[in-house]
Amino acid sequence: MKKTDTMQGSLDLLVLKVLSRQPKLHGYAIMTAIKHISGDVLNAEVGSLYPALHRMEETGWIRAEWAAKDAGRRTRLYQLTAAGKKQLEAEITRWHTVSSAINRVLQEA
Amino acid sequence: MSLWSRIIYAFRGDRLNHEIDEEFAAHIEEAIAAGNDPAEVRRSFGSQLRLREQSRDARIIVWLDCLRADFVFGWRQLLKRKITTAAAGLSLALAIGACTSAFRIIDALFFRPLPVAHADRLYVLARQGPDDLGALRTFDDFAYPNFARMRAAAKGQAELIAASFTYRTDLTYATDNEMEKAYVQYVSGTMFPIFGLKPTLGRLFTADDDIIPGANPYAVISYNYWSRRFAKDPHVLGRTVHIGNKIFQIIGVGPKSFTGTEPGIITDIFLPTMMNPDVTRTDLSWLRILGVINPDVPHEPLRAMLDAISLNYETERARGFVGMSQHNIEMSLQKKMLIKTAATGVSRLQGDYRRALVWLGVLVALVLLIACANVANLMTAQAASRAREMALRVSIGAGRSRLVQLVLVESAMLALFSAALGAIFAWWAAPFVVSRINPPDNPAHLILPADWRVLAFGSLLTLAVTLLFGLAPALRASAIQPVTALKGGEEPHSKHRSMYTLIAAQVAFCFVVLFFAGLFVATFRHLSSQSLGFDAKDLILIETTTPHGQPPESWSQMADTLRAVPGVKDVAIAGWPLLSGGWTGSISVNAAPPTDNWGYFLSISPGWLNTMKMRLIEGRDFNSTDSFPGQAIVSQTFVKTFFNGIDPIGRTFEKVNPFGSRQLCRVIGIIPDATYSSLHEPILPVVYVPIRHLDEHGAINPADGGTFLLRTFGINPLSLATTLRRLVTKTNPAYRVNNVQTQQELVDNQSIRERLLASIALFFAAVALLLAAIGLYGVLNYSVLRREREIGIRIAVGARIGNIARLVAQQIFVSVFIGAAAGTALGMASVRYVQTLLFGVKGTAPSMLIAPALVLLSAALLAALPAVVRAARIDPSVMLRAD
Repeated sequence: MKKTDTMQGSLDLLVLKVLSRQPKLHGYAIMTAIKHISGDVLNAEVGSLYPALHRMEETGWIRAEWAAKDAGRRTRLYQLTAAGKKQLEAEITRWHTVSSAINRVLQEA
Repeated sequence: MSLWSRIIYAFRGDRLNHEIDEEFAAHIEEAIAAGNDPAEVRRSFGSQLRLREQSRDARIIVWLDCLRADFVFGWRQLLKRKITTAAAGLSLALAIGACTSAFRIIDALFFRPLPVAHADRLYVLARQGPDDLGALRTFDDFAYPNFARMRAAAKGQAELIAASFTYRTDLTYATDNEMEKAYVQYVSGTMFPIFGLKPTLGRLFTADDDIIPGANPYAVISYNYWSRRFAKDPHVLGRTVHIGNKIFQIIGVGPKSFTGTEPGIITDIFLPTMMNPDVTRTDLSWLRILGVINPDVPHEPLRAMLDAISLNYETERARGFVGMSQHNIEMSLQKKMLIKTAATGVSRLQGDYRRALVWLGVLVALVLLIACANVANLMTAQAASRAREMALRVSIGAGRSRLVQLVLVESAMLALFSAALGAIFAWWAAPFVVSRINPPDNPAHLILPADWRVLAFGSLLTLAVTLLFGLAPALRASAIQPVTALKGGEEPHSKHRSMYTLIAAQVAFCFVVLFFAGLFVATFRHLSSQSLGFDAKDLILIETTTPHGQPPESWSQMADTLRAVPGVKDVAIAGWPLLSGGWTGSISVNAAPPTDNWGYFLSISPGWLNTMKMRLIEGRDFNSTDSFPGQAIVSQTFVKTFFNGIDPIGRTFEKVNPFGSRQLCRVIGIIPDATYSSLHEPILPVVYVPIRHLDEHGAINPADGGTFLLRTFGINPLSLATTLRRLVTKTNPAYRVNNVQTQQELVDNQSIRERLLASIALFFAAVALLLAAIGLYGVLNYSVLRREREIGIRIAVGARIGNIARLVAQQIFVSVFIGAAAGTALGMASVRYVQTLLFGVKGTAPSMLIAPALVLLSAALLAALPAVVRAARIDPSVMLRAD
């Protein structure tokens, strides 16, 4: 399968959107959610996802907490913060602006 | 997550790594549980380590993490070499501490503004002109009437304030038997309002206290005195204190910050100038004039105006000086008014110690440079031995700046460690030095707060020191070429030039320190080995005052009582002890007009010569019927000055007083010269007159003060002090004991500054020499270590010990000689700036240069010896097999 290169910044958008629908997901769940919802078109690479998650956590858009799993293991669950909600809206607006602009360019040409 | 968490994570990196790994493990587990191929899942993580680094970088502050790592690494490096680290740290600490101490004292004395309003516009008036002996000097003493005129004239342009010289005096809160001492200063009532000072308790003086002489018997005590003497008792207001023959009522306590206008003395009690008995005297100069000049007033016209007023005042006064030579009158009028800044206050201590402290500062700065050079060489040697490590770091991708940081962090740690130790040293040393400045019973008190000024200086110094010794080795370490370094070869000599340059610099600085120390020590020795003309040992001085005067019989009765004390051999009386006071008069021989030279007078009792162990050259001692005017004993210099060396016995001269009265004296004896008031001044022409003074009608003038001199034997003179004090007041309650001290103390007090300079300079000379020797030893030892193989080969092919020694030591001795030459030049160039601190020593005398050169050379030889021995002992067979 060919890789679908997500555009710069769109990974953040996808992650934020997924978390806005369903809070408290771990990294693997976020990855599979993106894959399923997009109908297997978009595939977030592990190598991009985790640095992006940690970066957004650092920026304050998402919050992480450890949740106990069976047998003393833990998993790290992410959820949106208030700042993240605002960021999501900004990202959506930006996405619409950019994509409609691209569409216009394509129609003109 | 916040900045804080990122900082925290930088110091708890392991936990972060662990968390990231745990999260990844959970992911893999989930994926496998969901039915993915385990191998495929693991592969999707790619290089897990790299991913972890990326995530990690997002969650911590990278540079902080690097810094932390460098600190940990640097700490290990320092610990690895405990002894060298300790030696380097201690030498730096001593030098930094000494520099900080010097800064604290210099700052407190010369730079710290007085805690008063408008300190930046505070000035002091002074007059510059020739003194009694014709030398140019600055005088800052004025008479009150002169001040009053100037103050009135300056109104609107400047507010002038009179402040007396603060002095230590006897006072009592109860009876005369419970005398204590305190620092008293007479000040204008306007001083407190002009300085914007608010009382802690009660009220301060105002302009109303400045009007009528003797009308305001009030005292304001300083906060410092209030805490020390009264334990901050609020009921202190209204208490009375007896000072001199007046009673003052305490009306207020000053603000906490204000300790008077003289750095070096903490004023205890402020009194209004109007209460000073001399406030109306035109002939007594007892106060300084401070002034706050209004912001837009130009100084020159103001100065010229004050100059004119003061000159006018002095000229008016001098019209009555028929008893003074015309030349001396002209000299006294040749004074030019100066307006000098006084933002930091004005004190005698400033004048006396300005140069001394600046030069001590220079000495400790040189010692600091020597210590820095040592550490720089140490770091260079270590950087060289770490060449492979550095090369490896470069090869795996470390940037130059990272390497510089690595080495600088290590230097900074060493510097910080030293600065902390140095701070402790300075905390102790600065007050210690200050306490040594004045006579032991009357030490200087400088406020030495450890505030932001000191902190800023310390931090800047630490930073400068770090860069000074750390930057060069850091740059060198970072400039490493991995190819050459890892191959094991090195460019043989080019890198060590800087080491030898540093050695030369060290030697030069060390030479300068030794040279100055030599000058100061020679000065002190010269001063203290000067012939006094009398025997100061075992001589107790009891200074007494009798407020209403006592007839000669009471004085001799008191002397007889004291003579009966066990351990006392001999008792005599004098107006004051030698080296503590002065009394001058013009001299006229054969009724001639008064001469330009002054005569210096002292009243003595019969037997004084014997007690002082001064022998008569000719003539006889006084007896109980001799008097002044009447008889006189003169010194040899007096005979030379006024009798042209002709035998004066039986001849007469007159003491001519400024207003023309003359007192006739017939010379009955000649004695050898003795030091009159100062060891620093040339020998003066002295006249000794009987203590039995007669007034103009020939009636006895009862003396209201005098000093009993007791020659003791077989006991420590001061152990008698308390007994004698009690005995005097018990024998005759009219007598008050002001002070009991020894003549030796007065002699020692003459050379306090010189002793202080000599001992501190000597200490730092020893430190400098030790450091330079250690530096020399270190570099030499290091160069032998590096050249062991070469030396081994040379020995194997037949080199002699002499050849090896030359090989090892030649370069370093070239550096030593270059350094010594540079040091000599530096010393010679700067010696004229210290000349005023020297006494009886010529800075350019060859002996002053040869001594430090010899000391330095022998230290260098001694330091070189171990390395040379080591080189000579290299066994070629062992050495060449080893590698």
